[in-house]
Amino acid sequence: MADHHITAGFLPLMDSAILVIAREKGFAAQEGIALSLVRETSWASIRDRIAVGHFDVAHMLAPMPIAANLGLTPMRLELVAPLALGLGGNAVSVSNALWRAMEEAGATGPEAPAAVGAALRRVIGKRRSEGAERLRFGVVHPHSGHNFELCYWLAACGIQPGRDVEIAIVPPPLTADAIAAGRIDGFCVGEPWNSVAVAAGHARIATVKAAIWKSSPEKVLGVRAEWAQAHEDTLARLLRALYRAAEWCGEAENRGELAAILSGAAYLDLPARHVLGALEGRLETGGSIHRVDDFFLPVQKAATFPWQSHALWFYSQMVRWRQVAHSAENAERARRTFRPDIYRAALGPLGVTLPSANMKVEGALTGPTPVGSASGRLILGPDGFFDGAVFDPAELDAYIAAQSRSHSVA
Amino acid sequence: MHCTSFVHAQNKGMLPRSLSVLVIDENTVRAAIIEAGLREAGHERVTVVHDVNGIAQRIAAIEPDVIVIDLENPNRDMLENMFSLSRAVKRPIAMFVDQSDQSAIEAAVDAGVSAYVVDGLRQERVKPIVDMAISRFNAYSRMARELEEAKSALENRKLVDRAKGILMRSKGISEEEAYALLRRTAMNQNRKISEIAQSLILASGLLDE
Repeated sequence: MADHHITAGFLPLMDSAILVIAREKGFAAQEGIALSLVRETSWASIRDRIAVGHFDVAHMLAPMPIAANLGLTPMRLELVAPLALGLGGNAVSVSNALWRAMEEAGATGPEAPAAVGAALRRVIGKRRSEGAERLRFGVVHPHSGHNFELCYWLAACGIQPGRDVEIAIVPPPLTADAIAAGRIDGFCVGEPWNSVAVAAGHARIATVKAAIWKSSPEKVLGVRAEWAQAHEDTLARLLRALYRAAEWCGEAENRGELAAILSGAAYLDLPARHVLGALEGRLETGGSIHRVDDFFLPVQKAATFPWQSHALWFYSQMVRWRQVAHSAENAERARRTFRPDIYRAALGPLGVTLPSANMKVEGALTGPTPVGSASGRLILGPDGFFDGAVFDPAELDAYIAAQSRSHSVA
Repeated sequence: MHCTSFVHAQNKGMLPRSLSVLVIDENTVRAAIIEAGLREAGHERVTVVHDVNGIAQRIAAIEPDVIVIDLENPNRDMLENMFSLSRAVKRPIAMFVDQSDQSAIEAAVDAGVSAYVVDGLRQERVKPIVDMAISRFNAYSRMARELEEAKSALENRKLVDRAKGILMRSKGISEEEAYALLRRTAMNQNRKISEIAQSLILASGLLDE
């Protein structure tokens, strides 16, 4: 029955949900696709295996395909991102000891990143005056939403990453161990790994991605550019299957089943209770349960649309943290990595509500707002950064210049 | 000493000293097999590390020219990031033998090897090392697979024997009849005979309770 075979790599994270459900609930099969999922242990492995054709597509950190196309990866690899795998889903957690110090310095809860960041700055100042070691925070990859949102948050709170806080790379499943062993003082990672560390009693959730930058991009479907070109129809089928899966994941009544499926041995291989809270936006932060609006959005608010403004924001952060030099050519390469054209062509026939633009001003919407769309009603936002800054992709140069000015002042 | 080796690496006209190879593998058996292979091939400066904690200091001390890591090592993102920060390794590292050598990359990934090479090293010096690692990884995988197969064949035979015994006792049939019954059931259900045996053992265990 299935005429098309696709092998996809993924990492054990909550936001692999759309890929997992496309397979487990038959959405891929309905499109004539036999979808095989292979769990991997590192993003490097995902990259290597997609490069040599073991995988056709993969669950990827949104900045990964951009980094590949900018030549920042160890092997030559051209990727496209024709679909996003949801919005949000990450949190910043800190050790119990650091949280106690931050609480004394005025930290409140995860919904107030500015207050939590200000408290962290005071703790860092105090530690410096006492001659204590620099704090160390873990992120999963240098080219990741985690790295960029953590550094954005720190910098906006007057903490300079690198100088004031060391940033280390820690694989998601090892974050709980690393913080328990004192190798790191905090981390920014996708769910369920914050909840796992909290449940083990090793960490407290300090703030969340959904508060640092509301409705912000996280993972994408990464596809080898060559493969996308040679298998246009198969890819379109896959995108339709993934969209249907995203709709299924977005239904509140499916969350229990989704948590049960994701927690299975082939996927996250964890108790379902570690997954369910984050899916429901009810986070056990270590001490209390916090309701977080839009913590993880699989489908609502155009969560699967590959906004080129998201690609450009990631690019602006790569420039900011000196991963790549800014040029008009590089910016263009980054923007074109995200492919709303492929998304539109594949999903148009489904009658899905499509945004009419490829880019939007990030941070323009302070509340849910109906926006221009090809058909039907599309609600976007809020999409603001916690510090009130606005990213207008049309003003990329000015944004990048302002970032580097803010650093030289700090 | 450190200065001398640096000059050596820079000066291609001089007799090349043997390369320093670092093998990072949590699998101690496989690491030993690779190390033995490299030593047999005349590489004296081989270091094996099983635990990545404190690896930055080790790398700074060893100054490896070639680093071989198990592709499935969960710490590869951390290690790659460290290699790309010149502070930790002192010298820039270009990953994989040569970006243009697609077949070498494929062979390495197929075998489950990732290799990182100091930038500027001539490919003909590095390739034999990477090829050695690939062939030893493949040999190890083959061995592990054969061992696994032998183990599961033995397990399956034990399961089938137990299931036969249960059928013989409960139905009062001969060993041959019991085996034929198992085989027929497996064929009808399109499952392996060992799976049927396992279900039967499980079911009979439940009934006994």
